[in-house]
Amino acid sequence: MLRARDAMDRAYAQSLDVPALARVAHVSPAHFARTFRATFGETPHRYLQRRRVERAMFLLRETDHSVTDICFEVGFGSPGTFSRTFHDIVGRSPRTYRKEAKGSAGAGGAGRAADAVAAGAVGVPTCFVMAWTRPRA
Amino acid sequence: MFTAITHSQIYVLDQDEALDFYVGKLGLEVNADVDLGFMRWLTVSVPGHPERQILLERPGPPAMSEETAGQVRELVTKGVMGGHLVFATEDCRKTYEALLGLGVEFTEEPTERPYGIDCGLRDPFGNSIRFTQPPKA
Repeated sequence: MLRARDAMDRAYAQSLDVPALARVAHVSPAHFARTFRATFGETPHRYLQRRRVERAMFLLRETDHSVTDICFEVGFGSPGTFSRTFHDIVGRSPRTYRKEAKGSAGAGGAGRAADAVAAGAVGVPTCFVMAWTRPRA
Repeated sequence: MFTAITHSQIYVLDQDEALDFYVGKLGLEVNADVDLGFMRWLTVSVPGHPERQILLERPGPPAMSEETAGQVRELVTKGVMGGHLVFATEDCRKTYEALLGLGVEFTEEPTERPYGIDCGLRDPFGNSIRFTQPPKA
């Protein structure tokens, strides 16, 4: 199960469906979905969505790539799905999130940009940043 | 290949209490205590050895589900989470007396072993700690 989850953390941009992940874990798709949920407390689909949204939040903050480019960069198949999923998880649209993040760099609020700089300054390994900045369910 | 261990990690249930214990009682030094917004990055080391840091991490979401965090807390409390630290000391008995005076609870008094004199204790959460005085060469 952990091997499949690590695959999602690493290859989030690829099209990872349950059968593909089940192969990574060497179990049947039905068994995979059930066991993953029992192990990590959410479905593999939701886990992957939150990983992709976390990476999208990072790119929205740190790059000037367009929202559409970021959508495909993190592995979403269509801008519609991306916007809907992003809004569902973060509570606002990708554009609003970007505006807030850029506006509040160094201030409070959605000041994740300042947090990222601080993490870099202290030398926090990226796996911890990725684990702890994943948006909550 | 590898040249050093730079970071190790153990789970603590409360980072303020961990600071009181590891710094206030065991005499370690804080390397970083930074609120990154998404997590508190708290590392300590043996004084004068910042090249080898111990991350005192609190289990919880979003790095893991609340349910998993509960299991981790339980395992730490049972003493089976695997957070072992072994320190070296110049004088095991003297250090033991000093820590005893500070109210540290020991699981084993200083004892002569083939590899030196050492003793055992637990941190306030359940992690196991030893310190060893190597035999004179």
